[in-house]
Amino acid sequence: MSAALIQQLVDGLAALMLLTSFALLAQHRMLSVLNWFAAQGVLLAVTAAVVAYGTDNNELYISAVMTFLLKGLLLPWLLWRVIRELHVHREVEPLMNTTLTMLVALGVTLFAFHIIQPIEKISQLMTRDSMAIATACVLLGMLMMITRRKAITQVVGFLAVENSLFFAAIGSTNGMPLVVEIGIAFDVLIAALIFGLFFFQIRDTFDSLEVDAMNAHLIHGDDEE
Amino acid sequence: MSSAFVQMLQAVLLLLLAPLATGFVATCKARLQNRRGADVMQPWRNLRKLFGKEVVMAAHASWIFRTAPYVVFTATVMAASVVPALLVDTPLSLTADVIALVALLALARFFLALAGMDIGTAFGGMGASREMTFAALAEPAMLMSIFVLSLGAHSTNLTTMINHTLNSPFALHPSLAFAMVAMLMIAVAENGRIPIDNPGTHLELTMIHEAMILEYSGRHLALMEWAAMVKLMLFATLIADLFMPWGMTTDASLVGVAVAFALWIAKLAGLLLALAVIETSLAKLRLFEVPEYLSGAFVIAFLGLLSYYMLEVGA
Repeated sequence: MSAALIQQLVDGLAALMLLTSFALLAQHRMLSVLNWFAAQGVLLAVTAAVVAYGTDNNELYISAVMTFLLKGLLLPWLLWRVIRELHVHREVEPLMNTTLTMLVALGVTLFAFHIIQPIEKISQLMTRDSMAIATACVLLGMLMMITRRKAITQVVGFLAVENSLFFAAIGSTNGMPLVVEIGIAFDVLIAALIFGLFFFQIRDTFDSLEVDAMNAHLIHGDDEE
Repeated sequence: MSSAFVQMLQAVLLLLLAPLATGFVATCKARLQNRRGADVMQPWRNLRKLFGKEVVMAAHASWIFRTAPYVVFTATVMAASVVPALLVDTPLSLTADVIALVALLALARFFLALAGMDIGTAFGGMGASREMTFAALAEPAMLMSIFVLSLGAHSTNLTTMINHTLNSPFALHPSLAFAMVAMLMIAVAENGRIPIDNPGTHLELTMIHEAMILEYSGRHLALMEWAAMVKLMLFATLIADLFMPWGMTTDASLVGVAVAFALWIAKLAGLLLALAVIETSLAKLRLFEVPEYLSGAFVIAFLGLLSYYMLEVGA
């Protein structure tokens, strides 16, 4: 494959990455959120493999395989189990309506593009075009965290931010050193496990996974003291 | 052959093949649903029957109600005849501007909605109000997805855009993929197809197109239905033009036109078959979910625009 084609392929994958970030924001049901999250993980793995091929960087192949196993399979499966055990697979309740969220998301994407443009001009990498998209995806993940009520969707937003940071790392530096990546991968895995335990604790204590319920409880508790 | 003749030919073909296209979708749908269904000629038979029947009109129908079918039909046919189907550079190509095209369709829609309200039945008003609500969302999305292509071609003229696509070397364009998905979503919505409106019935409370033409009969109804069929054909041809123009001829030679015709029919058949599959596999959306569907299409088109700037301008 020629270098130009690989660059186009990376660009195409970046566009799909942006699409998954928007799709995560637009979903109504918990299970479809998880499906899109898994798709994003697989997409990341494919991107890493393509960049590895394009730059002859063998370490990136290893992180591609790791990404696929961890973010494409294991994390979605863990979250799926949590959702099933807690019976929260019905509606996602956003704080704003979907259309408004989408418009805000478009604005955020424009902002990211505007910010990254000067940096893009200096870079010589073949993946430089994807940096703006990676930044946009980070911001979109944060948007997902602040517009959702349930703890689980907020965690998916957090993991989506982590995905985008990994994507940014591939895009801006052709991947971090392997040791760092293995470290981060295990951090994320442990974080997801701890989140999973937290979900059960939160549900047991507050009878709900809504963040508002926790706030109300805490404020109420203060009043009593 | 002169290019003027090819221009005439493709306009007439669009007009004559439109009922067949609708019949083709209906037949495919029937087969997919394990029914036998009528053959592809059925819409033609329906039209012939309707043209032979007398027109029954409400006592207080105004001139708007009487002229609307002719305006709707003429505007749609005019829009269809400027869209290049076989030959890229036709005598009318200067008028084949996308914005003019959308305006012609908007004119047809305006009169359709007026006619729906003219008699004063509840259904007509309801249909008109729904049509206009969804049109206000669908039109920007349609224009936005076409603008993605216009950005590359530096023109909103269809002929220029097709020439640009034909002459540029092969490359993966994520922006075009977004634009195409958005355009397909809009085409389904604009033609009143299943996730949005059900073309197979006029017994539903959520109907849109059928609600507006409920009071029409005879040749008026025939013209309205024919216009809807031409519109489906127009959208299919437009999508083929914008996103897969390969095979369209640039000179009016007999061989070139014949090849272009064969490929055009193949592309249309592919798109219509896809439509039949979509209609069979999806359920109709609740009416209040339609704005979300349309704004989704707008967001996808806008993503196409953004990814054009992000990924393709600098590259």
